[in-house]
Amino acid sequence: MLMYLLRRLGLALVTCLFISVLTFIIIRLPPGDFVDAYIANLAASGSTVSNEQAEAMRRDYGLDQPALVQYARWLGRVLEGDFGVSMVWRRPVTEVIGDRLWLTMVVSFAALFLTWAIALPIGIYSAVRQYSIGDYVFTTLGFIGLAVPNFLLALILMYLGFRYLGLNVGGLFSPDYVQAPWSWARVWDLAKHLPLPAAVLALAGTAQLIRIMRANLLDELRKPYVVTARAKGLTERRTILKYPVRAALNPFASSVAYLFPYLVSGSIVVSLVLGLPTVGPLLLQALVAQDMFLAGTIVLLLGIMTVVGTLISDVLLMWIDPRIRLEGHG
Amino acid sequence: MRPTPMAEPIALAVRDLAVRFEMEQGNVHALEGVSFDLRAGRTLGIVGESGCGKSVTARSILRIIDRPGRITGGRILLDPGTPQEVDLAALDPESARMRAVRGGRVGLIFQEPMTALSVHYTVGNQIIEAVRQHSDISKAEARNRAIELLREVGIPRPETRIDAYPFELSGGLRQRVGIAMALAGDPDILIADEPTTALDVTTQAQILALLRRLQAEKRIALMLITHDMGVIAEMTDEVAVMYLGRVVEYAPVAALFAAPRHPYTRALLRAVPSVLAAPRQRLATIGGAVPHPGARPAGCAFHPRCAEVIPGRCTAEMPPAIPPGIAGASCFLDVPA
Amino acid sequence: MSAAAADIGATAGQDRFAQATQLQLTWWRFRRHRLALISLFIVALFYAVAVFADFLAISDPHATDARRSFIPPQAIHLFDDGAFRPHVYGLRGVRDPQTFKLVYTPDPNRKLPVTLFARGYDYALFGLFETNIHLLGIEGGSRGDGIFLLGTDQLGRDLYSRMVVATRVSLSIGLAGVTLSLLLGVLLGGISGLYGGWVDTVIQRVIEILRSIPTIPLWMGLAAALPNTWSVTQVYLAITVIISLIGWTDLARVVRGRFLSLREEDFVVAAELAGASQGRIIFRHMLPSFASHIIAAVSLALPAMIVSETALSFLGLGLRPPAVSWGILLQDAQNIQVLAGAPWLLSAAVPVTVVILAFNFLGDGLRDAADPYG
Repeated sequence: MLMYLLRRLGLALVTCLFISVLTFIIIRLPPGDFVDAYIANLAASGSTVSNEQAEAMRRDYGLDQPALVQYARWLGRVLEGDFGVSMVWRRPVTEVIGDRLWLTMVVSFAALFLTWAIALPIGIYSAVRQYSIGDYVFTTLGFIGLAVPNFLLALILMYLGFRYLGLNVGGLFSPDYVQAPWSWARVWDLAKHLPLPAAVLALAGTAQLIRIMRANLLDELRKPYVVTARAKGLTERRTILKYPVRAALNPFASSVAYLFPYLVSGSIVVSLVLGLPTVGPLLLQALVAQDMFLAGTIVLLLGIMTVVGTLISDVLLMWIDPRIRLEGHG
Repeated sequence: MRPTPMAEPIALAVRDLAVRFEMEQGNVHALEGVSFDLRAGRTLGIVGESGCGKSVTARSILRIIDRPGRITGGRILLDPGTPQEVDLAALDPESARMRAVRGGRVGLIFQEPMTALSVHYTVGNQIIEAVRQHSDISKAEARNRAIELLREVGIPRPETRIDAYPFELSGGLRQRVGIAMALAGDPDILIADEPTTALDVTTQAQILALLRRLQAEKRIALMLITHDMGVIAEMTDEVAVMYLGRVVEYAPVAALFAAPRHPYTRALLRAVPSVLAAPRQRLATIGGAVPHPGARPAGCAFHPRCAEVIPGRCTAEMPPAIPPGIAGASCFLDVPA
Repeated sequence: MSAAAADIGATAGQDRFAQATQLQLTWWRFRRHRLALISLFIVALFYAVAVFADFLAISDPHATDARRSFIPPQAIHLFDDGAFRPHVYGLRGVRDPQTFKLVYTPDPNRKLPVTLFARGYDYALFGLFETNIHLLGIEGGSRGDGIFLLGTDQLGRDLYSRMVVATRVSLSIGLAGVTLSLLLGVLLGGISGLYGGWVDTVIQRVIEILRSIPTIPLWMGLAAALPNTWSVTQVYLAITVIISLIGWTDLARVVRGRFLSLREEDFVVAAELAGASQGRIIFRHMLPSFASHIIAAVSLALPAMIVSETALSFLGLGLRPPAVSWGILLQDAQNIQVLAGAPWLLSAAVPVTVVILAFNFLGDGLRDAADPYG
């Protein structure tokens, strides 16, 4: 068990390092360095920077050093919590991102829980009542869920909401609370706005999980241990919930590992359509404006958050499956 | 009631049981007119090739046949002839009464000790659940009872083994756990569905000895399903030979081996390897394969493989079923004693 | 309830179930494969549209005309006074009484006959034959008239023609991405499955790492870094590479799994013992035996590629105008105000959904056919 945990932890660290390299590449990819961009940015607003000033800035940021040294220095600063300064906003990146990172995670986690909450009962129903009308309906809905990309679904919902209800269904807060400091009322307001984006995000994953759950449970239902449980005199309901469903939960728990990055990914595009105050719109703005420290930081933090989320799911899986839990104990 | 040669009371009587699987390829008659008795303290062996309906019989008694199979006729009488007589075939499979029978009156032991236990729960969890399903006792008491059961089936150090997961035990120990679980509701009828098939020979012998001992101690009516004639000879008192969903011969075990009356039984016995056989002698096999139950031959279902077929008769007419409790064979060649 | 009544009730219920299933079961049994067949037909149809895109298009997908801005979808009227004379209405400029803006609306008094194989804008069929023949066109219209089956966008471009032409880019970029992913996947998955050991471990870890990264932010970062000066073709290739960056991992897993199981198969061992070279074993014996698995995996990977491109282009980070893809068309629908006035801008969502659905069914059917037990 300890070995399993250590292995997972090690892999998570390597992944984070890998993400940091990718981030650094993304930061450095645009032609010219960030001082060029900074100067161009200033020029656009009317002020100029002399060549000497530019050179001084390059020295300050170590841009005259080889890439590896720059990477090491950048990583060192990041580890100290200094993510650099956003050129567009002229403020530290962390300040610009603010709550947005947490809101991204809130939306993604809400979508994850919604996925589970919907997929689990429907998957069980579809397997136990295989070939029933309900199973047929859910399978069809599932396929449509798989086929409609979430940003399109968001777009359609926005349109329908606007056209037929006359209201903007986007956003995560009511106008009164957008700028308000955190309070229970604001949290409640957030909770009220969360279902729609979470549902939009969750749809495809839910469809997929229902299929996985249904297939797994159908396999498990045929296994002899189910007959054993029935032969004990347990009710059908208890038999199914305690034994085959429990076994079919394994792939369910491990689904977090691939579902979570997917949800975080999706939240970026969906946020743009629904106008959610997550990092999505900020990332797009930053990329379009070549505000690379901001963009890079967002990519980095999203990546790390995802890795942490996945790690949590691994630990969860470990507790669910006694075979992994007892690994190494003989 | 019909006079019986045996003194022991009948615990379970199966009469003209018919089970049908309705599938898209057509209906499959898995069982047709199956009758037999289980008596307290005695062992009925059910023998036949794969697909002859042995396991379906066991599951029908417990009313746990998988869909789309269902009982289409006959009765399954628990405690026949007593005021408590119940026809299990008429009960709702999900009713409390039926569930009390399952595991409470009738215990089931499985073929695959590997897959018959869930890997997700400890052995104790699964046994205690069965104990508490059939008696109203506290968790701690149930746990003690489970430990006692494990000891009873010969598992060493049951106090620690109770917290083990099935995958931490050997095949033989797992099968013992399976037996302990079947005994948890203190049943007076045990159905063992190929209990030793998946085990090695030494373990087989141990499990069979255990079953014999438990049967003697608790006066259990044991229904032993197997395709192994050796196990039949060693364990049973009476034998029902099944072929394609029908009982083709019913006889006390000694009579069956001494004078088999159905051509199929004779063919089965010839196919048993013998240490007395001459070196390099080919093992006899039964020609042909068991037909698919959906494509049942007309007349006597065994006629395409029968060496003693009567042309025109066996191919057209079905031989009469054997009256329950009386030795005989469902064959035109058999002269009732 | 007496025991007998319960028995009758149960029997009746089961009979109903049994009767329902006879038809229903047959339907379910055939459904999968029949759907796969229909899907194959749909996919083929889409690729045919892509090949003959310019022929099927009616007006020049790039030609802008401010006066034709936001014309709603127009139907082709088949009958004129009871006679079969397909026609569309011409457009008439009307000044909006409130905004004084010139708005074009269909004028039922001007009927423009629709003809087959009409002359239209110039294009090269298969990139080879210069021609200007299109499937549909109108006779005798003045400048600005046209058939607008799906309406026009803000710049007055015919949405139907743009959508047809976009099919080419959207479908081919999926194909290109999958080809690249397949090359990477077969190569790395093959190496991983064949050699095992530390090579396998490293490749597997890399796959795990790549899969645990949220893809869209990563793609956005990479796509945004493409220089503005690049040509449409360069960007197209770069986007292909970017979306293949993650896509290969799934295919590599399939290939590795197959290699691992095939390595133990008798016919492979036999070939080894017969002294066949490793290359011969791989290409002559192993690859053909799991080609069907690869085809199935590819048809399941394709829709993901198409969605990726659509999403990137939708965000404005993928292909850039003048390239036309479904994502680029949907970009116009981003603004809710615009969308509310011109909902037909969403019509590109239909081919996206249909193609994804078709590929998914096709892939499922192929997977079942390739491996009925898997």
